[in-house]
Parts: sequence; C-alpha cells; structure tokens
Amino acid sequence: MTAPAISSDEPYLKLSGITKRFGKFTALSGIALAVEQSQLMIFLGPSGCGKTTLLRIIAGLETQDEGTIVQGARDISRLPAMQRDYGIVFQSYALFPNLTIFANVAYGLVNRRKGQDAIKRRVAELLKLIGLPDAGPKYPGQLSGGQQQRIALARALATSPGLLLLDEPLSALDALERLRLRGEIRALQQRLGVTTVMVTHDQEEALSMADVVVVMNQGRIEQVGTPQQIYRDPASAFVADFVGKVNVLSAVAEGAGRFRVGSLVLHGGIGMEAVAPGTRVKLYLRPEDVLVDGAVQSNRNAASGRVTKVEFLGAFCLVTVTLVGAEDQPLVVNLSRHSSDEMNLVEGTALQIGLPPDCLRLL
Amino acid sequence: MTTAAPPLPPLSRGRVKLLAHWEDRLAQGLLLASCAVLVVFLLAPLAMILVKSTEDKSGAFVGLQLFREYLQNAALRDSAFNTLWVALVVTAVTVPLAFTFAYALTRSCIPWKGGFRLIALTPILSPSMLAAISFIQWFGNQGALKSWLFGNTVYGPIGIIISAVYAIFPHALMIVLTSLLLADGRLYEAAESLGTPRLRKFFTITLPGARYGLVSAAMVVFSYTVSDFGIPKVIGGNFSVLAIDIFKQVIGQQNFNRGAVVSLVLLLPVLLAFIVDWWMQGRQQSQFSARAVPYAPKPSRGFDLAMLAFCIVVSVFILAVLGMAIYTSFIKLWPYDLSFSLRHYIFGLVDGGVIDSYFNSLKMALLTAAIGTTLVFGTAYLLEKTRGMRTMRAFIRLLATIPMAVPGMVLGLGYIFFFNHPDNPLHFLYGGMLILAASTIVHYYTSSHLTAVTALKALDNEFEAVSASLKVPFYKTFFRVTVPVCLPAILDIARYLFINAMVTISAVVFLYSPDTKVASIAIINLDEAGEIGPAAAMSTLIVATSAMMCLLYAGATRWLLGTTQIWRKPPAPT
Repeated sequence: MTAPAISSDEPYLKLSGITKRFGKFTALSGIALAVEQSQLMIFLGPSGCGKTTLLRIIAGLETQDEGTIVQGARDISRLPAMQRDYGIVFQSYALFPNLTIFANVAYGLVNRRKGQDAIKRRVAELLKLIGLPDAGPKYPGQLSGGQQQRIALARALATSPGLLLLDEPLSALDALERLRLRGEIRALQQRLGVTTVMVTHDQEEALSMADVVVVMNQGRIEQVGTPQQIYRDPASAFVADFVGKVNVLSAVAEGAGRFRVGSLVLHGGIGMEAVAPGTRVKLYLRPEDVLVDGAVQSNRNAASGRVTKVEFLGAFCLVTVTLVGAEDQPLVVNLSRHSSDEMNLVEGTALQIGLPPDCLRLL
Repeated sequence: MTTAAPPLPPLSRGRVKLLAHWEDRLAQGLLLASCAVLVVFLLAPLAMILVKSTEDKSGAFVGLQLFREYLQNAALRDSAFNTLWVALVVTAVTVPLAFTFAYALTRSCIPWKGGFRLIALTPILSPSMLAAISFIQWFGNQGALKSWLFGNTVYGPIGIIISAVYAIFPHALMIVLTSLLLADGRLYEAAESLGTPRLRKFFTITLPGARYGLVSAAMVVFSYTVSDFGIPKVIGGNFSVLAIDIFKQVIGQQNFNRGAVVSLVLLLPVLLAFIVDWWMQGRQQSQFSARAVPYAPKPSRGFDLAMLAFCIVVSVFILAVLGMAIYTSFIKLWPYDLSFSLRHYIFGLVDGGVIDSYFNSLKMALLTAAIGTTLVFGTAYLLEKTRGMRTMRAFIRLLATIPMAVPGMVLGLGYIFFFNHPDNPLHFLYGGMLILAASTIVHYYTSSHLTAVTALKALDNEFEAVSASLKVPFYKTFFRVTVPVCLPAILDIARYLFINAMVTISAVVFLYSPDTKVASIAIINLDEAGEIGPAAAMSTLIVATSAMMCLLYAGATRWLLGTTQIWRKPPAPT
C-alpha cells in the first residue's frame, strides 16, 4: 500500500476503500471520500450507520480492515494514533476532572517541551478565542456543559493540528447551548481555516454548519454534497427521508411524464418522462413545496382537499390535507404562521392544493 | 455525486494492521507480565494440585486411585459430610440475620444506624480464631455461660457454627446491605398509593430486589465456612472437617498426595457456590435506573422498636465476642484470677519472642498492600484502558475471577507443590516473606480487582484517546489523571489487602518458615500449647492494628478529599 503521487491540488484528507467488519457485521464497506483543505465535512446518519467508526478510523482509534487514508500527502493508514496529526473533541468532553482548565488546555503543549511562558501565552490566547478568558484556574466540574465543550475544543486546537475531529460534539448539550455553540464552532473553524471532520445525527446541525455533508446509512455513503444539494436534490429515498420532512406518494407511471396517484393524475418535472407506463413508483415532495389556495392558479398539478389536522409549531404549522381522489395518501403541508392565520385553517377547511412538477422527485 | 460502493475485495487479502508504537508495545509488554504473574502464582500452583492428586508418593501416575481410596475411607467421608452440614447451618443462620440487620438499617427509622453498622463490621478486623477463643471463654470447660449449652460441649459443631456466624456476618451484611440500598423509592410510593400493606410490599418489592444479593451472600457464607481453617482448629475439638484433614495429611502425616485429593474435594463445593453466584449475577438486570429515587423510610412505632431490639441484641452479641477476647488478654488467669494484668503481652508475647510474629505480620501486610495494590490496579488499568491482544485480555479477566473460587488452603498447598519443587527457578521464594505476600495477594485478588475495575469504568473512556491525539504517552496520563482520580479506590484496595493479610491463616499455614511465622500462626500455636491468654493478646493486637489502619484510611481519605481532590467539590463529575 503506497501513497499515490501527490500534486498540489490533491485533497488534504483522502480515504479510499475503507472497510470495517465487526465479526459478521459490516460496519463500513468501501468508503471513499476526499476532504479539501480548510473544509468542514460532516458525516450525517442514524445511529449505527458507521459514521463514528469512520471518524475513529481516521483518528487511528479503530483500525480499518481494508483501505487507505492519506492526510496531507502522508499515508497514515497504518500509523498509530500517537503519530497522526489531529485534535479530537468527544461528546463526553473527556476533560481531565482533576486538572484545572489551564492544565487541561496546556496538556498537549507541556509535552512539546515549550517554555513555560510560551505555554501560558498560548493557553491565554486559546481561552480568549473560545470566549472564556478567565476560566484558567477553575476545574471542569465548575463549568457548564457548553463551557466544558469549548475547553475541550481549545485543548484539541492547542497544538495547532492539521485536522480537527469532532465526534458528536453538541449531542450532550441542552437545546439553547447547542444552537449557540454550533455557530461558534463554525465561526472558529472558518477563522482558523482548520480542516475539520465532524460526526452528527442531527440533520439541522449538519445543514447549518457543513461545507460538505456526507449522508451515511448502513456502512455506506448515500450521498455527498453541499447542504443545498443534499436537501434539494436528495440522491436516494433514504436521504430524502432522513434529511428534512418529505411526503411520499405511491403512484403508477402513465408515460409522457404523467403519474397517477389514486384517481389524480400528476405531471412530473423535467427528466421524469422516461419511466415506462405501468411502473409503480414513489413520488417525493417536501411539505414546504406544496402550494395552497391563491398560489395554486398557475400550477399544472392542482387538486382540492380538506384539512384533517393542524399542528402548530410556533413559526410555522404542519397542516395535514386529504386530497379528493387520493384520500388514502394524506399530504403534509408546511405553512408559515401568517399564511395559516390568514386562511384561518381549522379541521375541515376545504382548500386548493398545488403540487409543483419541478419539486416532485422520483427516487 | 453519489459514491456507489465498489464490490468488496476478497477477504483473503489480509487485514490492515496498525504499526505498533513503542508505547503500545510497552503497554502490551506490561500486560503480558501481569498475565505471567497470575499464571505463575495462581494457575501453575492449582495445576500442580491436579497433577499431585493423580500421583503416588514416589511420583508415579496412579490415575484416580487416590480418589477411590478417599471414598473408601470412612473417616474422610465423614469430614466431607461434617463440612457440608456445618456450612449449610451457618448459611441458614447468617443470611437471615444479616438480612434482618440490613433491613433494619435501610427500611426502619431506628436511631444509631451508623453505630450499629460500625459494630456489625468489627469482626472483619480480627482473625477468625478470635471468635473461637472468645467462645471458649464464654462456653468452654471453664466458660462463664457454660450452663447455657445444657450440657452440650462448645468444642465441636456448636462452637464452629457460632464462631463462623460471628466471623462471616459482616461480609454477608455488606452484600445484602448493598442490594437493599439500591431500592427505588418510587416503587414504594407507587405501592403506597395503591394501598399495599407492608407485608405485601416486602414480598413484592423488597425481597425480589434483594434476591441476587441474598444468593450472593449465601454463597459467600457457605464458601467461607467450608474453607476456614482457624475456627475448627481452635474450637473444633475432635470434630473433623475437610480443612483440618488437609492440614493433618500435609503437616501431620506428610502425605502430600492425599492432601491434594482432599483439597480438591474441598475445592468442589466452593467452586459450585462460585458458579451458582456467577450464573445468578449474569441473570441480574439492573433494577436501579439512573433516575431512581433512594427510598426514605417512614417512622412506624411497633416495627421500629422491634428492629431496634434486634439490632441491639446482635450488637451486644458481637461486642460480647470481641470484648471477651480483649478482656481475656488483660486478666491474669481465667476464671480464677480476674485482676488486670499485662502479663500475657509481656511474658506471653514479648519475653517468649512470640511478638516477632506480630512484626512479621505487619511486614507481610505492608508488602501485600504495596505490591498487591500496584499489581491489581496496574493490571486492571491495562485491561480496561489499553488496546490490542484481545484473547489475552479475556484470559486475564478469567484469571482475575478464579481466586474467589479457590479456598486459601488449596492455594497454599499448590504453592508448596509448585515453589518447593527443586527444579523451579523461583524456588528461592520458598520460605521467604514474599511468598506469603504473594499467596495473600492472589487469595484476595478478585475483590480488589473488581474494586479497581469499577473505579476505572467510571472514568471517561476517551481519556486515552485524547492523550494519544495530544501526543502524550499513556503512562503520563496514567500518573497525572488516572491514579489521582482513582485514589480513593486505590486506598480502599490497599486497606482491604492490608487487613486481610493481618488476619489470614489458611494459605500461609503451609508456607511460613520459622523466620516468617506470622501472628495468625502464632495464635494457633499458642492455643495448641494451651496459652489462651497470650493467644487472645495476639488477637487483640491484630484487631488494634487493623482498626488503626481503618482510622488511618478514613483520615487519609478525608484529607485527600480536602486537598488533592478539591475538584470533586462541585457537582460530582460522572
């Protein structure tokens, strides 16, 4: 296993053919990925999809059965964790409870035989960077979860590693801290330009933070793309379902880009003409893509329906609508609070529904 | 941009293996060393017993011949039977006593709970012979309360049973207490809201919750009684039990092979108890979720009074046993001259040179605590926190649980066979202090190991990963983080090993030499010579030393929590 020749535009981190089995269970099969310099890549997937295992393989904490890892032109496939170049942050913070914040952040610096003054300066700089300049003399137990995770981040960044690994860093925090810290981590990452790989099961986190999202399922990559690509153009039924909410309609193709749902006939978008007539398919449509009443006019796929449920969620409502002609496949529609107020939607309200052809996906 | 997974390459290509860092090699080397220590000091001696039990005196293989002889020997069969029924009676008496005591401490509103608990735990501090000596003073030929036995003699099963109940009571109590403390108060509140009477709550909530603790306690009591040598030696009279048989065969008749056979017969019930316990623990599901609310008992006059009376009676019984031994050591001659005197200490121990054995015990206990704690904690750390060599890890875990199932006398006999073998390069250990310490460490390995593992499991699993990412060698993190955080558990192990080394008799009885005779052996010898006063004095010295060690431990723990462990003060990190 030799490292391929590296040219200047090679990605910073390159995984190829990573496979990992635990007994008969295949945790990862043939994973190939490339992380560009200064990028934030997020592995997104349900628990047990192999995302954490993949991160631990990059860190050298687990060993792949097959495959190679190249980091910054160096083949690190067989290097033990000690000889790789990364900082890591875990869900549990893993701060040393008996050491002060200062000693925690300085933990990796002390070993590099730097001068005491240099260490002090570096720790102060890092604590300022994470917004906790006075935390030095405290113990981890005296800080909140979010603060502890910031310290863990500072500790991981202290030695200026080439790669930052974040293993579900926000999952142990409460909702408010999670929101705040997610913005902070992203800002810090962009400011320092450190190449970062993060693992999460939270799609919102992934969409809001990542340059590139890798959606994983059962040890395989379902899709790699920007957050927009992942959301707008899911490459598989799994991705469409896992990232965001989606309506799934069972349909039968009628040819020429037309599909029958119950007794309704819907027109598909560009690229959906090729389906052979008679094929059973599933149509995917995001709740916020469904048009209602006034907006329906110009739409080719109009239908009438009746509200069966209104779920109020603060800024918006999820309205369940039963379509005339396809009563067995209720549709969920996402409406802003304003529009639902305007229309005065309650159970039983009759309304016009539009299903824009360009928003329909066939997966 | 979907990346289609390529077909899997054939498995035969061989797995990727990480290059080993010298650190990994170091950790693995140390683990290998631990494994070697356990093999040499536990497995090899046990294997030698198996070998010796199938050989005759000349060393020729005779198969099961010796076992057949054993079964044909009526006297030996009798002692097996005696051992079993005595152990069963002790179990039947001790477990309900311990349960009721623990029930009073956890489910009633009696006062002085701390005091009762402390008194109930004192038998741990003394060698088992102390109880026997004390009961001889109370009920023996010249006993103060001899008439209470209605003409029965205390020398025999009666003495063995009451002494064993006394000696093993605290061990059973601690196990049952733990299982009762783990009750979820919400279950009782739910039962209360449904109008459940006390008795029904007891049978539907309390008893099922404590079931595993009760089985575990029963197995510990049974094993202890079967294995104990000190009590039947002092108070057993002509009543023969297996532990005494082994001693007679080996020391009296120098028939080592038959000793091996008897020791295997002794091993059998203990091993069985161990397997039952292990099997039950495996079935146990955690009934105590993280969100459980501790149970807070409510006052109930009649019940509380009954529980208080019970605790007082048990405490008086325990204090009477301990008190009699101490009293005996400080009077001139029971029962003729009851005036205060230090003669047993001065003439009996110091002048006779017997006191040397006390200092030997002290030396041995310190060695055991120092070496044992290092070995136990170090091994547990390497097992839990380093990587690689999976098969060997499983093997070491197995080795660590075996000592629980091996009576001390069996281990001691194995040591004779293994270390006294002229071809053994470790032969030089034989007759020295180190072999006594080694046998004690191995004998008490399992509990210490479990304490260490529990403490280590409470640490964040990623400390080692974080240090590796920061390029800090694992041993630095071990000394800077792991040891300081686990210090309370480490001290606990040290105390446990020290006290057991002070009181142990069964393994060392085969291994001491004139230069390394320890206090517990001296007690047996003094008792044999009819010197019951000095024997009581020596027992008292051991109790005092163990108690001192406990005070020292309590002081050290408190001091540590106040100084090096300030970080624990805020909401305790988990």
